[in-house]
Amino acid sequence: MSDVHIMTGNTAAALGAKLCQVQVVAAYPITPQTSVTESLSQYIESGELRAEYIRVESEHTALTVCVSASTVGARAFTSTSSQGLLYMHEQLHWAAGSRLPIVMCCVNRGVGAPWTIFNDQQDSISQRDTGWIQIYCRDNQEIIDSVIQGYRIAEAVYVPVMICYDGFVMSHTMMPVDVPDAEMVSNYLPPYKPHTILCPEDPRNINPVLFPWRRADSEGVLCDGYMEMRYKLQKALDDSREVIKSTNQSFADTFGRDHGGMLWHYRTEDADLILTGMGSVANEATAAIDALREEGFKAGVIGIRVFRPFPKAEIRDAFKQAKAILVFEKAISYGNEGALCGELKAAFYGTDIRLPIHNYVVGLGGRDVKAREITEAVRASVGAIEAGDIEPNPMWLNCFTE
Amino acid sequence: MTKKDTSISAMAKPAVGEAGKTGDWRDLKPVVDQTKCIPCVKKKSACFLCWLYCPEGVISTSIPVQIDYVYCKGCGVCAEECPAKAITMVHEGADV
Repeated sequence: MSDVHIMTGNTAAALGAKLCQVQVVAAYPITPQTSVTESLSQYIESGELRAEYIRVESEHTALTVCVSASTVGARAFTSTSSQGLLYMHEQLHWAAGSRLPIVMCCVNRGVGAPWTIFNDQQDSISQRDTGWIQIYCRDNQEIIDSVIQGYRIAEAVYVPVMICYDGFVMSHTMMPVDVPDAEMVSNYLPPYKPHTILCPEDPRNINPVLFPWRRADSEGVLCDGYMEMRYKLQKALDDSREVIKSTNQSFADTFGRDHGGMLWHYRTEDADLILTGMGSVANEATAAIDALREEGFKAGVIGIRVFRPFPKAEIRDAFKQAKAILVFEKAISYGNEGALCGELKAAFYGTDIRLPIHNYVVGLGGRDVKAREITEAVRASVGAIEAGDIEPNPMWLNCFTE
Repeated sequence: MTKKDTSISAMAKPAVGEAGKTGDWRDLKPVVDQTKCIPCVKKKSACFLCWLYCPEGVISTSIPVQIDYVYCKGCGVCAEECPAKAITMVHEGADV
C-alpha cells in the first residue's frame, strides 16, 4: 500500500518529523533549510501536529531549546544549514555529551567566507567530532525514512542523530516519495524514554563539573571523572553500528525499503573500480557508472551512508575486491585531503587492501557535478593509475586551478 | 564494594558533601566577632545577611551565628556584606 506524493526534500524531512510526532520544534531560518521548519510550523499551527514550536533568536538557542526539551523527556527536532550549524557547534557537543536523542536535519550548504548559499558538505563534515551520528541521504525518499530511523536509533543508544542531505539538489528538488503510514510509524517507533526522569521529589544537578579524577559522591558511589564519562560516549557511538544496521533492517522489513544500513552498493558485483562518496554526489556517480559500464569498465559505486560512527569493518569488507578507488567529496579537510578519503585510507591500514586511491574535491559552493564530468574524471584517473600515479594530491574537479 | 556510576551523562543529587569536603579549598577563613555581630549582641533573630549572601549555604541563622568550616570555601562574601563589620578574613592557621 503505497502513498506516493511528489515533494521536495525539505517537505519530506518535515513530514518525517511529523510522522515521528515530535513534541518540541525549535529552529532559526537559514537557506536552504528554512522550508523544513516552515512546514512544521504550519502543521503545528493548524493542529495537525500536537507540538510546541519555540521561536528563538539564533541557532545556538534553537539547539539549546532542544537540549532542554529532550532532557525533560520531549522528542525534539531542529534543522539548520551552514553558518547556522557552525553557530550551534558548542551545543552540538553539549547535546552529545548529555546523551540526548535529538534528531536534526542538516541541509548541507557551503560555509563562508566567502558567502555562499549553495550546496556542499563542509558544514556537517566540520562537525564530525562532536559525538553525533551522521547519516547522509541520497534522495528524498531516504530523507523521510532516515528521520524516522534516526529517532529510533537515537532513542535506543542515547546519541543525537544528524540527517544530512544536500541543499537545493535535494532540499528544493521535487521527487516522488512514498509517505509511510502514520500508524505503522508509531508502531515502529516506541515512545521516547529519557535516561533520567526529572522531578521535584528526586532533584538532580545536570552536568556538574567533572574533575580529572573519579570521586565518591555523598552516597558513596564512585562517580565517573571526565574521561570515564567521555569514554561512555565513544562506546555508545561504537555500539551504535549494530543498532543502525538492525534499525535499517527492521525498517526494510516493515516498510519495504532498504537504504543499506552503513553503506550501499550499485553494480559492484564484479567491479574492480569503485567510486565512492556521500549523498547526492554518490547518487550522481551511479549515472556515471551506467555510462562507464557501456564503455566496458567494470565499475560500481559504494555510497557511504553513515559517516559517524565510521563503518570501518563494513568498508574493509565492501572494498576488498577493489583494484582502485575514486573518492568524490563535497568538502575538504583544508591542508590535507577529503575527510572521507583520509578515513578510507586509515580503515585499510593493517589489511591486504593496498590499492590506488584518487581523491576528487567536487561541487564546492554549489558547482554542478554532472555524471559526464565524473565519467571524464574516471577515465583520467584510470589512465593515471596505469601510468603509476597511485595517490596524487586531491584533484579539484571542474575548477580553474592554474 | 563501591557502587558503580551507572549514569550515562554527568549528574549529581543535591546533597551536603556532593562535591567533596570543600573546606580545604580555603585560603582565608571568616571569623565572627560576637561582640559586634548584630544577632549576637541583640540576642534575637536579626540581620543574618551573612546567611543570606553565603553562596555555599554554610552559615546558620542561630545565635551565635555558626559557620560550617568543613564546606566554607573562604570566598569572603559574608565579611564583605556584614553591616557591623563583625566578620574578619584571617589566614588559615592564624586563628584569633
